[in-house]
Amino acid sequence: MADDKDVLRDVWFGRIPTCFTLNPDEVTEREAEAYYLLLPRVSYLPVVTDKVKKHFQKVMRAEDVEEMWFEYEGTPLKWHYPIGVLFDLHASNTVLPWNITVHFKNFPDRDLLHCSSNSVVEAHFMSSIKEADALKHKSQVVNDMQKKDHKQLWMGLQNDKFDQFWAMNRKLMEYPTEDGGFRYIPFRIYQTLSDRPFIQKLFRPVSPEGNAHTLGDLLKEMYPDALTNDGEVKRYQILIHGIEPLLETPLQWLSEHLSHPDNFLHICVVPVPTD
Amino acid sequence: NQLFIYPTFGNEFMAGCRWNPVDGFSDRLLPSDRWQWSDISGLEHRPLDGFQLPSGSWEWEGDWHVDENHEGEPTEKDGWTYAMDFPATYTKDKKWNSCVRRRRWLRYRRYKAMDNWAKIPSQQTTLPDPFSDISCGGWEVSDEPRGRLSLWAISIQGKVWFREEISHHNPEGSAWVEVPVPGEVVQISCGPGDLVWAVLWEGQLLVREGIGRDCLKGTSWAVVESPNPEVGAIHVAVGMNVVWALTKDNKVWFRRGVDSHNPCGSGWISMVGEMIMINVGLNDQVWAIGCEDRAVYFRQGVTFSELSGKTWKAINVPRDGDRSHSSASANSLHSAGCFFSGEVRAPSVVSDTESDVENPPGDGAMSNVTFPNEDHFEVAPGDGEVDAVTSTQAGGPDPQWSNVDLEEAQIQHGQMGAVPDCADSCSLSSVATYTLTMEDQFGADEHPLWAWVSGGGCSVFNLCFFTCLPPAVLQSVQSMSLSVSPAQTAAWRKQIFQQLSERSKREMDDFKHYEQAIEKSVWVKKGAMQWWRDWKPHKWVDVHFALEQFSGADGNKDGILFVYYNYHDEKKYLHAFINEVTILVPVLNDSKHTFAVYTPERTKQRWPIRLAAATELEMYDWVCIQLNPQLNALFLTFYECNDVIKDKMFWRQVGGHLRLVECNSLGIVWGLGYDHTAWVYTGGYGGGFFQGLASSTDNVYTQTDIKSVYIYENQRWNPVTGYSNRGLPTDRYMWSDASGLHECTKTGTKPPSTHWTWVSDWVIDYSVSGGTDKEGWQYAADFPASYHGSKTMKDFVRRRRWSRKCKLTTTGPWQEVPPIALSDVTILPCAAQSSVDTVPLWAISNKGDILCRLGVTLLTPAGTSWLHVGTDQPFKSISISAGSQVWAIARDGSAFYRGSVSPQNPAGDCWYHIPTPAKQKLKQVSVGRTSVYAVDENGNLWYRQGVTPRYPQGSSWEHISNNVRKVSVGPLDQVWIIADKVQGSHSLSCGTVCHRLGVQPMEPKGQSWDYGIGGGWDHITVRGNSMEPPHICLSSRT
Repeated sequence: MADDKDVLRDVWFGRIPTCFTLNPDEVTEREAEAYYLLLPRVSYLPVVTDKVKKHFQKVMRAEDVEEMWFEYEGTPLKWHYPIGVLFDLHASNTVLPWNITVHFKNFPDRDLLHCSSNSVVEAHFMSSIKEADALKHKSQVVNDMQKKDHKQLWMGLQNDKFDQFWAMNRKLMEYPTEDGGFRYIPFRIYQTLSDRPFIQKLFRPVSPEGNAHTLGDLLKEMYPDALTNDGEVKRYQILIHGIEPLLETPLQWLSEHLSHPDNFLHICVVPVPTD
Repeated sequence: NQLFIYPTFGNEFMAGCRWNPVDGFSDRLLPSDRWQWSDISGLEHRPLDGFQLPSGSWEWEGDWHVDENHEGEPTEKDGWTYAMDFPATYTKDKKWNSCVRRRRWLRYRRYKAMDNWAKIPSQQTTLPDPFSDISCGGWEVSDEPRGRLSLWAISIQGKVWFREEISHHNPEGSAWVEVPVPGEVVQISCGPGDLVWAVLWEGQLLVREGIGRDCLKGTSWAVVESPNPEVGAIHVAVGMNVVWALTKDNKVWFRRGVDSHNPCGSGWISMVGEMIMINVGLNDQVWAIGCEDRAVYFRQGVTFSELSGKTWKAINVPRDGDRSHSSASANSLHSAGCFFSGEVRAPSVVSDTESDVENPPGDGAMSNVTFPNEDHFEVAPGDGEVDAVTSTQAGGPDPQWSNVDLEEAQIQHGQMGAVPDCADSCSLSSVATYTLTMEDQFGADEHPLWAWVSGGGCSVFNLCFFTCLPPAVLQSVQSMSLSVSPAQTAAWRKQIFQQLSERSKREMDDFKHYEQAIEKSVWVKKGAMQWWRDWKPHKWVDVHFALEQFSGADGNKDGILFVYYNYHDEKKYLHAFINEVTILVPVLNDSKHTFAVYTPERTKQRWPIRLAAATELEMYDWVCIQLNPQLNALFLTFYECNDVIKDKMFWRQVGGHLRLVECNSLGIVWGLGYDHTAWVYTGGYGGGFFQGLASSTDNVYTQTDIKSVYIYENQRWNPVTGYSNRGLPTDRYMWSDASGLHECTKTGTKPPSTHWTWVSDWVIDYSVSGGTDKEGWQYAADFPASYHGSKTMKDFVRRRRWSRKCKLTTTGPWQEVPPIALSDVTILPCAAQSSVDTVPLWAISNKGDILCRLGVTLLTPAGTSWLHVGTDQPFKSISISAGSQVWAIARDGSAFYRGSVSPQNPAGDCWYHIPTPAKQKLKQVSVGRTSVYAVDENGNLWYRQGVTPRYPQGSSWEHISNNVRKVSVGPLDQVWIIADKVQGSHSLSCGTVCHRLGVQPMEPKGQSWDYGIGGGWDHITVRGNSMEPPHICLSSRT
């Protein structure tokens, strides 16, 4: 593999093997078996868990079923984060498959947004794309698209159609060559040990002197603690799509190739496993 | 490393003889006769041994010999042509009344002063004082004779000189002629077209008027006042359609409204910036040197429609004091990448630098030379040595010059020449540095103070992303590959590749039995199209069209194409599996946007699915976006892998846009674009309008092509107004295409498709067959008729052709081989796995010169340099056999065989003229292992009889077939042609690929034709196929 296009494909087809188990407190008519599924890293939980819902509803009475939500080791999983981000943030370096607990009661309103249908996810996804394009191109590209183009992006993600999605998404990845990159890089930095949801600020891909900014440059400015200083023991892993790119990787390249379908570069800073 | 090819041509001598009853023809002539040895007119005495080479820059190639070729027709042995008397029309046949005869003696001479400075002999004319400025241009005056240039010089006393008769045959010109001027001139600038501006001491500007194709010197001067009445002008620079000037207060001015019709323009516009020197390079790009910082500036945003550009950009031009030129190359590349919006391309090399030429040091007189990039021309006036200047110390009374000797200058050219090879598709700023020998003048980190810049060798194309080119696809391809290629091997990239692959293993390999969260579904795209129906009468019928796509878990996708139609009120459909589609061929025609879909089965039937979309955009949407991403090339060259089993062909399309492709079995592939640019295949795949991200970014480069669009202006004579654009009611359109059936106006005519953009304005085309008058008109008795170049009494209509260039930018695995434009190329079709070190490759330049490429190997398919092979006339087709036999066709239709070509002597030693088939002018030749086939201008295919190792010229031509457009003979003597009017291919009767059956070692002519894939092909080569099965064949179409 020596082609950047293959990176897009690998990112898109990344899968996390997951074992869904029903919360033991749920009232069931008979014992609920675990359900195993390969979840697309770049998608969202409500989009890909229809089968899970059906599986567990079979053993439950209709009146016991409220809005489904997921939890991993006590942490409610935010559906509006891409699945890969949730995994990297909470469960990287654990044994696979990823064990998710399914709940149908006691929706944690303080932690999670309600998601009544996939149209809510679609709205969230499209607003992320628009926000990203505002940063990248002052919204010019996304505004030039037609409604059906927006739909094609969403349908591509929803139906796992790589070509359908990228036929449109490549337009969002263009930039004038003389600029050397986007206006700003749409990124979000997530931390496990923080109450802040994520860090998101304006950051240009190219320095005023004309040098390409790297992943290291970004972290130095946004989250210097995440970096390992000379002589220190490495404390944090910088994860994007479950891999640790070198800090000298150009940020523009990362934004073009390792962004999620929502066009944001989601970076997880997690503590190095202690074992 | 680049070598420039300079012209060789034959010096002709006529040896005359008169017949008398006693001796027959003898050299005893009548007293009134012409010289026995004369030039072609017979007026000048020219003894054979009396001819001297014009200067030390020329050398002889071979000795005098008799030309046995008379206007394309072979003559009797010894080359005599006969006539009744001198001077008359000579024929090759001796008749009863032939009293005189003559024959032509030839000797080739070659211009050898390539890639170095040739001193112009000053004894030809005595110049009163040394030159102080020199400017060269005029190479884009339309349809002028090849190699013609304008060279203007200014002497110290302010006089203006013009160099006469610079041409392809005489690159040094013949004499300096003084051009009277109304004042003392300090500086002059000559553009590539018909603009010449000069600056007077008093600060006014002079504009030369009356410059045209027939009068490069122009007729008169017009005076233009300085932009600022208080401050005189000091420097002027002109391009094709622009004039920039500097005044003594360093202000920059742009002249508004300048064009061929109005060289003086209409007014000055003040521009920002303060400059001390300004220069206009190719396609009107502007370079300047800043007043304050003495840095080199490039004018950003200069486009065809916005000639004044947008802003000044400083260019970081490192001065390489340690003479490590590779770093200079890298740096100029870097600057190209950083500062230019779009691509920067240096089609040629020699003129990247501005070199100043100085008279011997101490003299104090300094002059400078600019070069046009694509003409074979270098000059150093006076007794000057070549000096290079990096800087003057500002304000210093005694400028410090540094000398660089000739050797080093050459090395530097060579080094710069290597740059395009290592750059991807674009490279090179226009500024190179010459080394300063007195290093101690400057601190190591002090940036150089520039004194002079010239953009003569730098062609800059601005691609305005998001605005300029309609399909967004193109741009993303470019921006992605640009951002990526320089760091292809970077550690971070490897790390990402490696980790992604580890991640897949870790997270997915052990869990393949898990269910996918998203079920694979079918994605259907539907549309309405028209279909060329299968049964008679054939016509376009409306159909529904659907593409069902589905993909597996691994992302591999497949699809089925359905065409739903009605047959006698019954609903039916036909389908094609996308994986089986071998080729998609867009067929551009005027009324419909059609394309043909081929599968192996359909190829066998020679009946593709032909579909027409409602709009061009819709067609591209279907062809590029929706149909198989592996088959997405659109303007294409197809890479065809072709089984010997008849008609079963497998294809791979690659991006790019070429007119002609040649290859050999080692995989060396060369292609030629419509603009005659040579390209070499880099081994990548994909490119073009690649979709589905299924192509490689390695080895895919930006490729451009330029072709001309022609329209005709028609006029009819009437007794009142003479010729006018009022025709008869029955006449054709006054602005039309060649047929006269379609109206084509200057404003209404569009480029061939939306992927092409105009890059020039409409100009009169003088190179129409039949000749034109001075205004480009051709006359005829009526429309449509045969046209001739001069008016006679019987002519009532006239027409002239206008041409306009348009440009396509696409991507493909092709890399340019600068700088010489080619019209044909041939590669030795070596047997596979043979360990030839260098592969013979011959080519014909677009000027008709025959060239031999040196240093072509499997590792360096582009080769290193051109070797010029002497000829006395321009050529048009060439082919080399597996046994190094070289055959060529001259433009007059005569055939030649090159003798003694061997690895030791790659260029051979002499031409043998081969008589052509009776009354036929040959057009193209192809030779395989031993077979020689040629196609004539009437579409006949000829096989050369009697070719043996002892007698490689063969004995006679045998007619094989008619209606043949092109022939390609492979290294096993397999014969493939493109034929017209082929039966069985229904509507696509033109341009069908056919294969000769029954070719055996003892039966090289074969027996019959097998008709293969049909429709619209222009070019084929089977020269890459040296194994019995399977073989490779390359082919291209428009």
